[in-house]
Amino acid sequence: MKYQLKIYCNTTALADLRGFLQTTLSGLQLSDKDQHQLTLAVEEVCANLIIHSHNCNGLDQIKLEVRETPEKLIFEITDKGKAFNLLDYEVPDLKKVVREKRKGGLGIILVKTIMDEIEFESNKGKNTCRLIKWFRS
Amino acid sequence: MLTIEIQKEDVHDLLIIKGEIDASNSVMLDQKMLDLKNAGSKSILVDGSGLEYISSAGLGVFMSYLEDFQEEEIDLKIFSLSPRVFEVFKILGLDQLMSIYDSKQAALEV
Repeated sequence: MKYQLKIYCNTTALADLRGFLQTTLSGLQLSDKDQHQLTLAVEEVCANLIIHSHNCNGLDQIKLEVRETPEKLIFEITDKGKAFNLLDYEVPDLKKVVREKRKGGLGIILVKTIMDEIEFESNKGKNTCRLIKWFRS
Repeated sequence: MLTIEIQKEDVHDLLIIKGEIDASNSVMLDQKMLDLKNAGSKSILVDGSGLEYISSAGLGVFMSYLEDFQEEEIDLKIFSLSPRVFEVFKILGLDQLMSIYDSKQAALEV
């Protein structure tokens, strides 16, 4: 099965994104906890793109596609902004985040903890980030 | 949708959060926390029973005050988080850095 959503690069669109993911994921065999965490991880990536790659430019768009195979769930996020490769960012030390009173960096920890695999590619101005979660029996 | 209400209760300031906190509205939480700090609050109790969702933007707000609150001896406690929201605090290890309780009563007893 395949599900798609396009959102404009405004942080207020994040609520729509959550609504879409809740509807999409509720049809799958996932626990309440997993649904919540997958929604969170996808939102973290999209929020990063909206804020850092698109500077909240409401004319830009991000596309999300959710694909289900028997083994895994694939969340593919594509955009045409400044490439933001999650894999280039190290997971920050939490104590350092507290000490430096930083408000950023936590999203990356969440995405890397919740998802099983992260893929990123940038080709001719189009960036694709794939978040993969394996089903476990 | 997010509402944050402040109620005075004895020596405590009760911060009642209802709804979802994300990158679009985490500034509201930041402002309320700052207001309480500037007003000289010594005890902030966060009622998380109505908090349905929190992303890193909101969690980052709490974290950014931890050091200041420690220095200024401001007590920050969170209570009644739903299991799935508490799970997110745990992923980040925030359950080790912050005082989180099952109920308001438990938070007041310590």
